[in-house]
Amino acid sequence: MVSDQKPLGSWSVKQGQIITCPAVCNFQTREYIVVHDNKVLRIWNNEDVNLDKVFKATLSAEVYRILSVQGTEPLVLFKEGAVRGLEALLADPQQKIETVISDEEVIKWTKFFIVFRHPVLIFITEKHGNYFAYVQMFNSRILTKYTLLLGQDENSVIESFTASVDRKFISLMSLSSDGCIYETLIPIRPTDPEKNQTLVRSLLLKAVVSGNTRNGVALTALDQDHIAVLGSPQAASKECLSVWNIKFQTLQTSKELPQGTSGQLWYYGENLFMLHGKSLTVIPYKCEVSSLAGALGKLKHGQDPGTHVMPRFVNWETPQGCGLGFQNSEQSRRILRRRKIEVSLQPEVPPSKQLLSTIMEDSEKHIEVEVRKFLALKQTPDFHTVIGDTVTGLLERCKAEPSFYPRNCLMQLIQTHVLSYSLCPDLMEIALIKKDVQLLQLCLQQFPDIPESVTCACLKIFLSIGDDSLQETDVSMESVFDYSNSVHDEKMEEQTEILQNGFSPEEDKCSNCDQELNKKPQDETKESTSCPVVPKRAALLNAILHSAYSETFLLPHLKDIPAQHITLFLKYLYFLYLKCSENATMTLPGIHPPTLNQIMDWICLLLDANFTVVVMMPEAKRLLINLYKLVKSQISVYSELNKIEVSFRELQKLNQEKNNRGLYSIEVLELF
Amino acid sequence: MGEFKVHRVRFFNYVPSGIRCVAYNNQSNRLAVSRTDGTVEVYNLSANYFQEKFFPGHESRATEALCWAEGQRLFSAGLNGEIMEYDLQALNIKYAVDVFGGPIWSMAVSPSGSQLLVSKQLLVGCEDGSVKLFQITPDKIQFERNFDRQKSRILSLSWHPSGTHVAAGSIDYISVFDVKSGSAIHKMIVDRQHMGVSKRKCIVWGVAFLSDGTVISVDSAGKVQFWDSATGTLVKSHLIANADVQSIAVAEQEDSFVVGTAEGTVFHFQLVPVTSNSSEKQWVRTKPFQHHTHDVRTVAHSPTALISGGTDTHLVIRPLMEKVEVKNYDAALRKITFPHRRLISCSKKRQLLLFQFAHHLELWRLGSTVATGKNGDTLPLSKNADHLLHLKTKGPENIICSCISLCGSWIAYSTVSRFFLYRLNYEHDNISLKRVSKMPPFLRCALQILFSEDSTKLFVASNQGALHIVQLSGGSFKHLHAFQPQSGTVEAMCLLAVSSDGNWLAASGTSAGVHVYNVKQLKVFEYSIPDKQYTDWSRTVQKQGFHHLWLQRDTPITHISFHPKRPMHILLHDAYMFCIIDKSLPLPNDKTLLYNPFPPTNESDVVRRRTAHAFKISKIYKPLLFMDLLDERTLVAVERPLDDIIAQLPPPIKKKKFGT
Repeated sequence: MVSDQKPLGSWSVKQGQIITCPAVCNFQTREYIVVHDNKVLRIWNNEDVNLDKVFKATLSAEVYRILSVQGTEPLVLFKEGAVRGLEALLADPQQKIETVISDEEVIKWTKFFIVFRHPVLIFITEKHGNYFAYVQMFNSRILTKYTLLLGQDENSVIESFTASVDRKFISLMSLSSDGCIYETLIPIRPTDPEKNQTLVRSLLLKAVVSGNTRNGVALTALDQDHIAVLGSPQAASKECLSVWNIKFQTLQTSKELPQGTSGQLWYYGENLFMLHGKSLTVIPYKCEVSSLAGALGKLKHGQDPGTHVMPRFVNWETPQGCGLGFQNSEQSRRILRRRKIEVSLQPEVPPSKQLLSTIMEDSEKHIEVEVRKFLALKQTPDFHTVIGDTVTGLLERCKAEPSFYPRNCLMQLIQTHVLSYSLCPDLMEIALIKKDVQLLQLCLQQFPDIPESVTCACLKIFLSIGDDSLQETDVSMESVFDYSNSVHDEKMEEQTEILQNGFSPEEDKCSNCDQELNKKPQDETKESTSCPVVPKRAALLNAILHSAYSETFLLPHLKDIPAQHITLFLKYLYFLYLKCSENATMTLPGIHPPTLNQIMDWICLLLDANFTVVVMMPEAKRLLINLYKLVKSQISVYSELNKIEVSFRELQKLNQEKNNRGLYSIEVLELF
Repeated sequence: MGEFKVHRVRFFNYVPSGIRCVAYNNQSNRLAVSRTDGTVEVYNLSANYFQEKFFPGHESRATEALCWAEGQRLFSAGLNGEIMEYDLQALNIKYAVDVFGGPIWSMAVSPSGSQLLVSKQLLVGCEDGSVKLFQITPDKIQFERNFDRQKSRILSLSWHPSGTHVAAGSIDYISVFDVKSGSAIHKMIVDRQHMGVSKRKCIVWGVAFLSDGTVISVDSAGKVQFWDSATGTLVKSHLIANADVQSIAVAEQEDSFVVGTAEGTVFHFQLVPVTSNSSEKQWVRTKPFQHHTHDVRTVAHSPTALISGGTDTHLVIRPLMEKVEVKNYDAALRKITFPHRRLISCSKKRQLLLFQFAHHLELWRLGSTVATGKNGDTLPLSKNADHLLHLKTKGPENIICSCISLCGSWIAYSTVSRFFLYRLNYEHDNISLKRVSKMPPFLRCALQILFSEDSTKLFVASNQGALHIVQLSGGSFKHLHAFQPQSGTVEAMCLLAVSSDGNWLAASGTSAGVHVYNVKQLKVFEYSIPDKQYTDWSRTVQKQGFHHLWLQRDTPITHISFHPKRPMHILLHDAYMFCIIDKSLPLPNDKTLLYNPFPPTNESDVVRRRTAHAFKISKIYKPLLFMDLLDERTLVAVERPLDDIIAQLPPPIKKKKFGT
């Protein structure tokens, strides 16, 4: 915000005069130029105080804009399309200005570039919904006119323009009323300046702003790859500034502007300027060199572009020819030489090559044998790469031949611990299609980077798959403990009523629910002791509970799960919670059981995502009441803990006082 | 060594005053500290942070600014509207100049790198909005001119390192002055908003002008802001606290600075490259330190450490690990709370303690017990300690020093302008106090007072470098002799010691020379430390070296005394331990355990004798302000628990303990 900044200078025109063209700075003379009342030019500098007393020139035609860039004299663009250099114009202010554009044609937008040290001016005009682009070259004094074809969407109105320039083309970007950004390439050197040429625009970004916002839409190019857009992304949402990477079609960053904007946006010297509410807001923004990794929000590696092509799988354990620039050249040469010798010593066809060729044609059985053989060798330097290539090869073949599904092979490969989701996203996709819960469970256990959507897809399958088909599978039961005959050694005394000490929460609406529940005590005990799902399903669900996730990404996917499955999962989680609380340590028995935190987090997540649905289901009512009681008891536990904390603090104080032996004492001290 | 009865005294109700300003002197590696009661202390950072000089406070003199000039000259300014210069040799105030601008809130000395200025200049900011420029002449300061008057008080000042411009923080804005013309060329308005709520005023507590033209400001809205002084615009703003940010100090290299907040937090900011090996740099808040409970009123930045002080009375020196080359005890955090000078004196014969406060003295009689016990026992008291006397000074000046004679019948104390001597009479439980009137004119200001062991002589070190000997008999006194300082020096004596037979008097000045005077023959023997004749024991110690743990101690020894009956025993203590050195036992080497808090239980006598060494250390009593031997088997220890001090301070800013 610059509202609390002090303006360095401020000038105003007389009452009644209207500034009709934004003031610009003539960088060559350090003067400012403004036009008021369409025809009156004013030029002044920092020392001038009163705008009324500065240089004045009255022109013969109305000015559209004065354009100024560093390194050249400012240009004056008249409303009729004529262009003059400022110096030439000031030499004879009353000179005749020709008319370039036709009647009823109106200039909509203009920009001034320096291309190869020559000024180039572009302006866009509109007449009855048709748009024309004029490019004026100043070295050759050539004016070229182009007709812009709007393409398929003829009805849209262009709301904002911006342009960037490279060696051959001016890339004109336009933001249409349909909310999309289109690009038009205008050649700088016209092929045939005499002929009226047409230009077609192509879609660059779809729906960056809501189609029906009228005001506050603006667009500006930051560099070749980045554009900043001002406007509301959705019809109802607040206006916001977003920076898009057009090369990779990604949203780089966005910032909400809750006080509204006026549809004006400038980019100057790595700062974005815009009106926000009543103040001018400046946001520094520096475009990083556009790279895919950067666009995806990852750190960019300090690697020179175009030096090496990275292999698809990199083995980090052996030094590669590329990367690892810290070795000095001599050393790396020596390594290369050594490697050459090693290579020459190896048999002509290394086992990995053999394996890869097997994958492409042989039968499932044969592949399994080969994989096993390769895994037995294990200690080859390119182990990681071969595993990666093998899995990719297998999956490609799976996709090509629907009948081909080398399940055992894939299981073995997953268990090598070198794969991850991002290395072979197809793997889980295929397993999901095949409903191979065993493989999915393994993936969930092994892969650290499964996207939430896939986790959710797994959960869907785990909840929906029939009990009979589960019986046939061979899922790992490590995380499941046989709850039915668990030892109740550590079982806490069940307390029907918590004795309140000082703290008494309001007896609330749930008291009658309690009564309702108490009517069917047998039911309740049955429910709390028997697991609502078969052990195999429990094992699968535990795999979900153990997987990593981010709440924001998971929640939308959880909404897609059918309500009865949600209730089933909730029942299972509630059952786990009850089992947990039976234990004094609040843990579940077993080798790798879900933790209490995981259980609680998932209960909250499921309720957050599906509360409106679940609350309508009569069969879920009892469960919700139980969960409500659970939360209530948790709250009372925490309030008790708070009380204990206070008591402890008092005790500590007392203890300190005891240590504090008063103001005076006589003690015995023996020195050794 | 054996058993001692220890009188453990905690009723010395001493509360140090809060620290208001610190000023670091790069040339001499010294730190000047001013407190809210007007006391100014000088610490020698090279000598284990010893508080080597001290100027007593004054009720009307609230110091608001402190700075060093021309290497060795120390100036302060305060709410009484005066600039004062301190005489670091004679330890008194050289002069005070009224600036006629109301209370002074800020002061700054022109930078040393300035080419434009022939001599140094001193700038003060006053209550009436004026900024006054003074020329520092060799022996005084001289008013030169006023800058453009501002509309509210000037709370902070900072020179541009070239000396051409000055930034001044006021209420709601910062002004940038051109020194040549004295006119304000920019006025930078500070946002009053604090966490979205508009406060009544935004006070700019501190400013710092960097050589690239950046002005850094800290204010009461909790912000640290960077301004471009060329355009007068805000460049960057960091919100770092919910309360005031009260102080700022920049390192000489301008690559790091430190700020202190009212929440007791000190933040370190550093200029670091935006990415590794890029030349573009930005200021980043790197480290927060929470060593204070109350407002951090002042900070300083030495080349290797961050120094902070505030209302909670601690002076904290936090070394910057990246700047410390060797990992020795210089790299340790220091917290200095208590003065290193003596505030307590003891009458061994009558078991009395005399406590010195800023404006009064307290006399206490120790209790007694008839019981005996084993190590660690607290004995039942047959008589509790008594508060005998409360002696208030007249006038606004703080007490410099005080002393009670060993027999307990004389008390002497001194302020800057007056010397007081009292005679005490004990009749059963009643005490009567009689002031000895008509002090001679030379006895006006004493830096140190001492009675001889037989209480017949009084030794007074005056601030003019002279040592006076006064004969006391009955209720009267007689001036015996004055040792005048050697010609040409006016070095003040700040330490005195007398031999038990009263024939020898040792005095030490501020430059570490030790003078020994023969009282009988009135001759002066002078030994300066380097060529002093050391005893054999001390030579052995020098040869063998101290135990490594002993050398790693980081607090200065504040008191040394000798065992009255056993000349081989020396008692010394610092704030955290006391030690009795038995010179007859072998010195410990690095393999032996220096400090053993537990009694050797099941070890045989042989083992015991073999492991015994000269240093007997106890760390039971801390923080230890005073320790002495009352008699052969009795010790007195005066402790001042920090909690008791904190309990007497105003409550700190409440901070939420939990996230809720």
